[in-house]
Amino acid sequence: MTDLESFRSETRAWLEANCPPEMREPMRDEGDACWGGRNPTFSSPAQKQWMDAMAARGWTVPDWPADYGGGGLGPAETKIVRQEMARINARNPLYSFGISMLGPALLKYGTEAQKLHYLPQIARGEIRWCQGYSEPGAGSDLASLQTKCEDKGDHWLVNGQKVWTSYADKADWIFCLVRTDPAAPKHHGISFLLFDMASPGVSTKPILLISGYSPFCETFFDDVQVPKDQLVGTLNKGWDVAKYLLGHEREMISGMGLGGQGGALGEALSEVLADDPVLRADVARFDVDQLAFRAMSEKFIDELKVGKAHSAQPSMMKYAGTELNKARHELVMAAGGSDALEWESEQSRNGKAAREWLRTKANSIEGGTSEIQLGIVAKRILELPGA
Amino acid sequence: MPLYLTDDQAMLQETARSFMAEEGAIAKQLRHWRDRNCKDGFGHGLWKQFAELGFNGILVDEADGGLGLGHVEAGIVLEEIGRNLTPSPFLVSAVAFVEALKGTAARERWYPGIIAGDTVAALALDEGAKHRPDAIEMRAERSGNGFSLSGRKQFVVQGASADVTLVAAQTDEGLTLFAVEKDALGLDVEGVRLADSSIGARLTFADVQVDADAVIGEVGGGAEILDRALNAGRTGAAAELVGVGAASMDMTVDYLKQRKQFGRLIGEFQALQFRAAHLYSELEIARAATLKAQQLLDEGSPDAEAMVSVAKAKAGRTSQLAVQEGVQMHGGIGMTDEYDIGLYMKRDRVLNELFGDPSYHADKLARMKGY
Repeated sequence: MTDLESFRSETRAWLEANCPPEMREPMRDEGDACWGGRNPTFSSPAQKQWMDAMAARGWTVPDWPADYGGGGLGPAETKIVRQEMARINARNPLYSFGISMLGPALLKYGTEAQKLHYLPQIARGEIRWCQGYSEPGAGSDLASLQTKCEDKGDHWLVNGQKVWTSYADKADWIFCLVRTDPAAPKHHGISFLLFDMASPGVSTKPILLISGYSPFCETFFDDVQVPKDQLVGTLNKGWDVAKYLLGHEREMISGMGLGGQGGALGEALSEVLADDPVLRADVARFDVDQLAFRAMSEKFIDELKVGKAHSAQPSMMKYAGTELNKARHELVMAAGGSDALEWESEQSRNGKAAREWLRTKANSIEGGTSEIQLGIVAKRILELPGA
Repeated sequence: MPLYLTDDQAMLQETARSFMAEEGAIAKQLRHWRDRNCKDGFGHGLWKQFAELGFNGILVDEADGGLGLGHVEAGIVLEEIGRNLTPSPFLVSAVAFVEALKGTAARERWYPGIIAGDTVAALALDEGAKHRPDAIEMRAERSGNGFSLSGRKQFVVQGASADVTLVAAQTDEGLTLFAVEKDALGLDVEGVRLADSSIGARLTFADVQVDADAVIGEVGGGAEILDRALNAGRTGAAAELVGVGAASMDMTVDYLKQRKQFGRLIGEFQALQFRAAHLYSELEIARAATLKAQQLLDEGSPDAEAMVSVAKAKAGRTSQLAVQEGVQMHGGIGMTDEYDIGLYMKRDRVLNELFGDPSYHADKLARMKGY
């Protein structure tokens, strides 16, 4: 047996022994996602057990170095862990913006002290992070952000407002873009700051969405004092960190278009499609697109690991993945007919289909709109002029 | 297997890319033969050059004198063929026909000529205007020590130049494949120039007598062999379509960087930028799907056939988008024969139809997935 083969069989045996059966069932709703944090909520003891077991092995972040709470695995081994988890339909043990967004940025731009302090907490799910990027006047034009950060000698002083802060009301800490040099051109006066959401002067207000849920907040900063060592990277060079992190965010969001595991969409809808040849044709075309995109995702991840992917490729993935996810839910709604319109009923599980359909509309807006991604592809990959 | 080319495959790609751009170029091959009204639509000299580079034996086992490589490698050559619209018998002879003969006695008869670039082979499957391999009606009746074939076939690519044609016909035992030689008595071959200036053929069989040893594989065992040949042909066609689409996109993006209107390069207009970026995205996805299908075929995976249909459908739709956007963004000159972009549009149309169009494969995928 090669090393990788024995790693696979060890992994399989360990997962078999440590992944509780409940954690191999599909999630029923968003409440089944485990986010960790200072005051974590678990929907079952199995959920906590699964997160703790994976964290103890470093497998919430298998490819991070062991010193920072990771599993210290190489690309091939990391892929095996993911494949073996998928094989038994194991749930993601820990949903975390710390893992998918902040962690990679800290690994690249953080000081050694910052890495040793923040990364293990992220890996163990002890701190739940939120992202302070967009502002009322800075959406697609993110670099025009105005949240003010002044150097007060022994601390930073932050004043301003963020919006679309995902789960700000539940988060423990925020990674935040702030303006540290108002006189510089807009991309050159931004810094990347970390601070505790429990700091005096921080307040949040959830935003009710068309889905009836409030995953996003308005976040206000009123004379918030932040210790000096919580700035990541170089002062006024936060835009580099921000862009790097956005690449990871786009990867994560494009992954949502995978439709996860499972097979073709038409399999689940076969009964309806038997009586509706036009819808069946639409779904068949969608399945072609979906399965082709799944191959693309696999290729993208494989290329990413060996540095073969274009640095703007996450924009292409984010664009294609989110548009696909929206198309999927349009088809699910069409196939569901009037059943799928029920908003508050037992049968519809409180409007699951309709609420999810509406939720997907944000996919192509958050993390940079589809139009922003297309612009990036046009400029950075196709090298079209003046884009 | 990671979904990117190995170092060896990347080397083959470099070889194929520079060779095809030089020797297989549009001016040197496609336009050259078209403008001379060549009855074959391709150059036999180039087919010999393919052989010298080893291309023709890519899918042939080493024991049979080939390179013993796989569908990924065949696809590498085909993508370059697609980029240059290089007319050649490669797809039908060295991919689909070679794959059909794998493991059969007929390979000893036909492989050496194909590997040497002396023999051209074709596939006679379609009987109507659309690809319907599950509804083949042509009959082969037992006669003497062999069979008598009667019926019609159409869209036989390279059929007018073929030394041997694989013919699918029904026997009492079920679908059976025959290797029919070009001078067979009672076989009428009508070469037909297609929109892309390649030559297809309509074949009419009037009581054509073939010996028992013309049967490829077993009598009644044709369906399985045909599936194998079609998987190879469809995946190969997908790779060629990716090449057609990629070259169309490159040519169009270049044009957007040169053409000025309203005092600006037209590539500065967001309306065109977004369409170009969308096309790039679709092409990347089509290429990934095609590589995945090739790898699954090479691994002998049971999932291969579904992915082949995904690849053929996705590559077909994407190439269609690329040539349509290409002609439109080129404006008036895109409509002229002098510019190459229109040639890509014609080739795309033929390749999309070959071995099943995107609708056929979306439907096939749906059936395989149980709906």
